[in-house]
Amino acid sequence: MAAAALREQLNALLSSMFASGLVDDQFQQLQMLQEDGGTPGFVAEVVTLFCDDADRIISELAALLEQPIVDFDKVDAYVHQLKGSSASVGAQKVKFTCMQFRQLCQDKNRDGCIMALAVVRNEFYDLRNKFQTMLQLEQQIQAQQ
Amino acid sequence: MTVTARGRSGGGAGMEEKCDAPGLGFLGLDRMRVLLPPLRLPEKLSASRTLRTHLFTNYRMRKVRDSSRWLIPLWVSIWVFIASLIYLRMSYQAVEKRRELLAIMCDDRARMLQDQLNVSMNHLQALAILVSTFHHSKTPSAIDQKTFAWYAERTAFERPLTSGVAYGVKVTHAEREQFERQQGWSIKKMYSSKTKKQSQGPGNAEDAEVREPAEEYAPVIFAQDAYKHVISFDLLSGADDRDNVLRARESGKGVLTAPFKLLNNRLGVISTYAVYKYELPPNARPQERIQAAIGYLGGIFDIEALVDKSLHQLAGKQSIMVNVYDTTNEKPISMYGSNDTGSGMCKVTLNFGDPTRKHEMHCRFIQSPPWPWLAITTSIGIFVIGLLVGYIIYATAKRIARVEDDFQEMSLLKKRAEDADIAKSQFLATVSHEIRTPMNGVLGMLQMLMDTDLDTTQQDYVRTAQASGKALVSLINEVLDQAKIESGKLELEAVPFDLRTVCDDILSLFCGKAQEKGLELAVFVSDQVPQTLIGDPGRIRQIITNLVGNSIKFTEKGHIYLTVHVVEEIMHCLEVETGTQYANTLSGYPVANRKRSWENFRLFSRELNSSEMPFATSASDSISLIISVEDTGVGIPSDAQSRVFTPFMQVGPSIARIHGGTGIGLSISKCLVGLMKGEIGFASKPQVGSTFTFTAVLTRAHSSVNENKSSEFKGINALVVDHRPVRAKVTKYHLQRLGVHNELTTDLDQYISKINCGSQIAKLVLIDKETWLKESHSLPLLVTKLRNKDQPDSTKLFLLENPKSSVKSNSHIFREYNLNVIMKPLRASMLQVSLQRALGGIDKLHCRNGVVGNSILGSLLRKKQIIVVDDNIVNLKVAAGALKKYGAEVTCADSGKKAITLLKPPHSFDACFMDIQMPEMDGFEATRRIRVMERDLNEQIERGEAPPECAGVRQWRTPILAMTADVIQATHEQCLKSEMDGYVSKPFEGEQLYREVARFFLNQDQVQ
Repeated sequence: MAAAALREQLNALLSSMFASGLVDDQFQQLQMLQEDGGTPGFVAEVVTLFCDDADRIISELAALLEQPIVDFDKVDAYVHQLKGSSASVGAQKVKFTCMQFRQLCQDKNRDGCIMALAVVRNEFYDLRNKFQTMLQLEQQIQAQQ
Repeated sequence: MTVTARGRSGGGAGMEEKCDAPGLGFLGLDRMRVLLPPLRLPEKLSASRTLRTHLFTNYRMRKVRDSSRWLIPLWVSIWVFIASLIYLRMSYQAVEKRRELLAIMCDDRARMLQDQLNVSMNHLQALAILVSTFHHSKTPSAIDQKTFAWYAERTAFERPLTSGVAYGVKVTHAEREQFERQQGWSIKKMYSSKTKKQSQGPGNAEDAEVREPAEEYAPVIFAQDAYKHVISFDLLSGADDRDNVLRARESGKGVLTAPFKLLNNRLGVISTYAVYKYELPPNARPQERIQAAIGYLGGIFDIEALVDKSLHQLAGKQSIMVNVYDTTNEKPISMYGSNDTGSGMCKVTLNFGDPTRKHEMHCRFIQSPPWPWLAITTSIGIFVIGLLVGYIIYATAKRIARVEDDFQEMSLLKKRAEDADIAKSQFLATVSHEIRTPMNGVLGMLQMLMDTDLDTTQQDYVRTAQASGKALVSLINEVLDQAKIESGKLELEAVPFDLRTVCDDILSLFCGKAQEKGLELAVFVSDQVPQTLIGDPGRIRQIITNLVGNSIKFTEKGHIYLTVHVVEEIMHCLEVETGTQYANTLSGYPVANRKRSWENFRLFSRELNSSEMPFATSASDSISLIISVEDTGVGIPSDAQSRVFTPFMQVGPSIARIHGGTGIGLSISKCLVGLMKGEIGFASKPQVGSTFTFTAVLTRAHSSVNENKSSEFKGINALVVDHRPVRAKVTKYHLQRLGVHNELTTDLDQYISKINCGSQIAKLVLIDKETWLKESHSLPLLVTKLRNKDQPDSTKLFLLENPKSSVKSNSHIFREYNLNVIMKPLRASMLQVSLQRALGGIDKLHCRNGVVGNSILGSLLRKKQIIVVDDNIVNLKVAAGALKKYGAEVTCADSGKKAITLLKPPHSFDACFMDIQMPEMDGFEATRRIRVMERDLNEQIERGEAPPECAGVRQWRTPILAMTADVIQATHEQCLKSEMDGYVSKPFEGEQLYREVARFFLNQDQVQ
């Protein structure tokens, strides 16, 4: 494929991500940081970090919520961490879900938490897929250049 | 709530339409829910507090009410008790007094009675001695019956109480015959006491029996005429008399008989005295006395008469009743008075000189004691007073209770109202904050949409949408400000800043709009205003921006003129360019009188009253600035002038339609001015213009900052040609800031003649375009004159272009004369660039375009060692990336503990960005520990024990900035409390990051 077409595809993907609210202007700022700061691969690095971190947190959360007596304080701490990460990356939807999750945590609503975790997981997987596509596209563009 | 929130989320974030339902909810509704709980907390707190106070007061009230139920009877009974006590005491005193009175009266009577009796008795004794002297001691006797009777009769006044006296002589049985013969009568026997009295009635001596023979006789030989019949009766024959006689001669004193009925049916007693043959010693024995006795004198006392008489002497005190008793025997014999024995008797013992007989006097008031009216009325009066006092107390207590109740209720309501108000403000603050976030999304999307391939109509739509969105965001910001001010969350910063730069920035902000409308925009800052001030530049900018924005909105022609002066300056020359003359304004249009806009300021009235004040204030570090914005707009109708500063009030409903805006700006400005301890006022003339003026108290920055004037323009002379002095002054001000020495002239011809004389020529000539057009006839001459000199550094000509005159039509002018054109509004930076360009020596590196941006941040952060602390690696990465972009060298730490070990002085870090919320050790705690370590080291340095790495460092204090996702929650105050230097929001925001970083890095650089 031609680099131009790939770039167009990448732009379309990013636009759709912004449009659907998956990511917000913070993600845009990250991209600007990469472009202005002259640090190639910065976005990829951050995104990978975020995905690994989030994946770990989600599995931790799942384990915590499966236990007979749920330690909501621990859950809350994890969700807060996830919220912070998603805010930094600009993963808007994950962030909002985390905010709701935290509310449920404070209410000590176990079923609600499990539901919220499912939503967070869905949102996250959705985002991760998009991110992976994005990164692949970027790599392809770079390879072409 | 739910509906609106959902509606807002749906409408606000249209890009979410495609995504699933939960996502839609999260954006608006659920975040609302997430954010609301913190709001409820203060309400709950205050509610519990008010509940507690309410319960407490209720308890008190109930106590008062409960106690009043048994307090009333208790009170009444206490007063009944007190009243009866008083009654008893008073009546007892009255009785006592009465008794005393009675005793005194009784005593008086007894004394008198006694005295009179004694007088009579004494006389009786004297009579006895007389008889002894003249009858027995003389032979023949000097006294016979006739003499005795006569004497007794004549001395009767001496014995007022004796009705009669008689004398009996002692005759033994052996002498009886001789005695009877001598006297010529036989001794007769007295009747027994009962019969005697009857027989004595007619006094028939002849009827009496002859005395039977006895051992001894005592026949009466002398008697008063009234008692002549008793002569010849033997005194010893009567039982009573015999007893009396025997006792009298034994004791040698007068003795009394028991009372008996006298002839006149009145009670009487007989007193008997013994007559002795010779004078006896006072201690003579009774036997001797009996031997010596030769006769007996008896006197009859009329007791009744006696008492009557004595009582009569005390007449006027008749209210007393007197009884006299002989109490010798068990049963007292009444001697005087009725037998009435009532209560309240007073008994007095009488001494009638006879020790064997006892007498008593009983006294009593005739009238029964009167009712103790005084006591009764007094006690009743006191009781009534007590009841009244009690009622007053009760009524007062009740009233107090009611007032307190009311007060409690009112304060509860007040508290609730205040709480509601605070909650409202907080809600507004939170909601506005939350609305901003999706709005940014909307705006960003619109921006991106504009970059896509759109046709003209679509672009127009998008542009409109974006403009609306921007308006909404600014409106939300205003509401947020207002809410913040109302909830007291707004705090002013105190950072050093350059007011001139701020003013320039504002001017550049409105540059476009002013050009659009063809308005002249100018700023003038007095040279009295210090270069660097300490205050809140953001807020000052906000106020000025608001005022200038309003002016631009309502001005269609003329100018907007921003001036900054020191208050003292205005004070000393109040007439300084007040602009009352039309010709003397910036654009020649008339303006409202500036002076009137501040005539209501307290600052001035105070200072005018006391002339010492200005000196006092000028001595301190604080400096009062007076900032005016003058326009030539439509003005404010006089009926709307009173509500200009009221939030959400606009001149009329049509204004909002034409000009937009919420009408909140001036209200915010007023609040902000108030926070800066200043005042705001305005003067406005409809269809002429308005002038808004405010004062603000700021602090002088002490550090002598090297002036912004670049040295490159030193020694350059400039000439400003402008026929309007005000405008010329503005130009001069800007040139002065650049260090250009300049002079003003209003007349070109004069200058041309000066050049002809060959005097000093200015290197720069700045001519206002209006003046140019006005004096176009002489200008070509000037230009040629200047060019003719043929010098290498020939004079540069500048045309100050007014935006209102269209460039196109006049472009031939500067093309023709090779003029440099400077577009107004003038700003120092812009002027600098223009001059540099014209003078050729343009140093690209030092070219400042006056925009605070990333380049400055970069210069601030370049090569700085910065440590970023965050437990979240993603956050850490992003923050580090952002800082690296500005050229900083970043070290990462993923926990507070690690930060502490890294920041253990001495170290080489210039600053630290610290996440607040971290597990194990949060940012506040970590900062505290770092500060403790730094203090320790500082102490060591003071003592001179510092490790060698610290040489040359006087004090360690690493700037620590908090990073927080929630700016509202993490207030500046909280950061300062844990000794942080400031906070930045997370994710980083260029402007804020700059402001915070600049605060200490700029200072640092200045110090160094």
